[in-house]
Amino acid sequence: MSPGFIRAKALIKKELRAVLRDPQSRRMLIGPVILQLVLFPAAATREVKNNVVAIYDEDGGAVTAEITQRLTQTPAFSKVVRVGSDQEARAIIERQDAIAVLRFGPRFSAAVAEGRPEPVQAVLDGRRSSAAQIAVGYVGEVLAGIPLKQTQASASGGGLFVRHWFNPNLEYFRFIVPSLVAIITTLSALIVTAMSVSREREQGTLEQLLVSPLTPSLIFFGKAVPALFIAAAQATIILSGGVFIYGIPFQGALGLLYLCMVAYVAALAGIGLLISSFASTQQQAFLGTFCFVMPAILISGYISPVDNMPSWLRTVAQGNPLLHFIVIVKGLYLKAAPFSDLVGHVGALMLIACVTTAAALLVFRRRLA
Amino acid sequence: MRYRLRRIVTLCKKESVQIVRDPSALLIAVVFPVVLLFLFAYGINFDAGAVRLGIVLEDDSPAARRFSETFSSSPYFDVTLGYDVDSMADLLRSERVRGFLVVRGDFGRRLEAPGESPSVQLITDGSEPNTASFVAGYVRGAYAIWRREHALESGRPLIAGLTIEERYWFNPSTVSRNFLLPGSITIIMTVIGALLTSMVVAREWERGTMEALLAAGVTRLELITFKLVPYFVLGMLSFTLCMVLTINVFEVPFRGSLLLLYFVASTFLLSALGLGLLISTATKNQFNAAQAALNAAFLPAMMLSGFVFEIASMPAPVRLFTRIIPARYFVTAMQTLFQAGDVWSVIGPALWGLTGAAVFFLGFTFLITRRRLE
Repeated sequence: MSPGFIRAKALIKKELRAVLRDPQSRRMLIGPVILQLVLFPAAATREVKNNVVAIYDEDGGAVTAEITQRLTQTPAFSKVVRVGSDQEARAIIERQDAIAVLRFGPRFSAAVAEGRPEPVQAVLDGRRSSAAQIAVGYVGEVLAGIPLKQTQASASGGGLFVRHWFNPNLEYFRFIVPSLVAIITTLSALIVTAMSVSREREQGTLEQLLVSPLTPSLIFFGKAVPALFIAAAQATIILSGGVFIYGIPFQGALGLLYLCMVAYVAALAGIGLLISSFASTQQQAFLGTFCFVMPAILISGYISPVDNMPSWLRTVAQGNPLLHFIVIVKGLYLKAAPFSDLVGHVGALMLIACVTTAAALLVFRRRLA
Repeated sequence: MRYRLRRIVTLCKKESVQIVRDPSALLIAVVFPVVLLFLFAYGINFDAGAVRLGIVLEDDSPAARRFSETFSSSPYFDVTLGYDVDSMADLLRSERVRGFLVVRGDFGRRLEAPGESPSVQLITDGSEPNTASFVAGYVRGAYAIWRREHALESGRPLIAGLTIEERYWFNPSTVSRNFLLPGSITIIMTVIGALLTSMVVAREWERGTMEALLAAGVTRLELITFKLVPYFVLGMLSFTLCMVLTINVFEVPFRGSLLLLYFVASTFLLSALGLGLLISTATKNQFNAAQAALNAAFLPAMMLSGFVFEIASMPAPVRLFTRIIPARYFVTAMQTLFQAGDVWSVIGPALWGLTGAAVFFLGFTFLITRRRLE
């Protein structure tokens, strides 16, 4: 073993002890992971369920009764209420007591019987336009299923059949759990690296480290490895929760995931060290980290797809390590992706790691000079 | 009395000087809001653009080609043609297409044959459920158009089905920015009120300067006031910056009254500050205060306040839990004030929730400060 390695090992030991010594800090590293594992897959859903839809029925015919009946059975709507006037319709939307009001004109049933149905008027709450659009989609599906009197018998066997791979029932938690693996490890790996350097700076122990035989690169290495241990431990908790609590089987090679995690934590450590080389206090390091993580989550594809962004922002997002790691975890967890699918993302992570670590070393040395 | 007032003013001044000197306060109050609003305006978009769709053409007949042209000529699709399912499956798995259609070899024959109709399969990437349902919706729409046109061409027009005429009140062109930006201001206020404040005050506890102040005869009320006032001012300044950006730069319409808006915002900021002070007093350690503020203030504001994820869709226990999250009331009030105006039946209950939270957190901090000293 080279002397440099032995020294780095001592530093790693010290770092791990510094983080894990305090019982309150230990709880802070484990408690939230479990809380988020329980809460987020249930809460962070973009499905639309349990909404109230109001019906303003001026027609009162058999067709509108059938539609009302079927809407009641749709899981998207927990309740179907009736309103009797335009004022009531307006008020119920304004108070947010219903997401939509469907209005059937007085000649609705008659027009359907004549084979010239008039459109159903839907008024929706634009304050939640995204949910309203999904809700109106469900209404559309209900309307499409209503047997009209003169619908011609469609030819046998034909049509469009939809199948969703990797997640046949489009359950949202199957998307959330792999993303959580990436997001939770991001926060702790960054905080551990960024805050440990600035803590040493604040407490004056950084000078002691610098006069020791450790070179700045070895110090960096010593600060990055504990982050890897903590990230791997947290990821293991979430993965076990995903497999054993949520029953999502891990499809790909588990070892490959931990290997990719090394590249990911290297990229994060580079960013954490870069932040800490600018920060002079723990507070600045933490808030700096936060100002990185929050935008990184926003443009990672977790909240809305990267495809929907303007092209210049998609280019910027390629520099976001979280984006690459979410694709890797999702690929391995849900799709049994082979390494050839992931190699581009791993390469990107390594490039980010090199650039940020080099920049951090540069800033670090300059501030010492 | 005059002496006490002067003491509070002096302490507030000292605190304000500290804020102005510290670059991280500037980062959180100015840079962070600008970046966040910008990303919410351009980066987060729930309305899908062109869908990357693969089409596997196992049939080379003119009818099959016309079918695939329905998709490739549409601005809603960005089509990749392929000739076997396996290589298209690779593209789907590596997310280069979001879904693909399989047109079987007998497509043309079955389309022409009487009494028969070809079946087409759509396969999507379910690992992103939202995108998958968008893709399915878009493809169903285009498929319906193709069927109608084909029926018309072959002289057997389809009878029109039931359709919907949609009108979105308050946001007729369904711009998701209009509800995301007012919601994201909640995040900014939470970060200033709870995260920044809890760290700053925890540092004072860590260094013992809080004890020193109390030992010097500063009362609890004064202590809380002089910590509160400067960060309150900082938060409201940042809020004003957000409002100017949201209304003037990102052009989100504002229909409420400014007076009510500022009243709602101050109540929310007080509740966030109260939570921040409570966390710092309880932890007295910067690292733990930061972690606690992230988990008790930031994450609930992001995940459970209803501006990114619908509260109605959450399971009943989680829905109940959101009722004790102040950010939820602020998001509701902000979205209504911006898009609908002063709707009292919505804003009244929200204000009660916010006031309750502010009183609770500040009162609790007041109590805990004494106990901690004994």
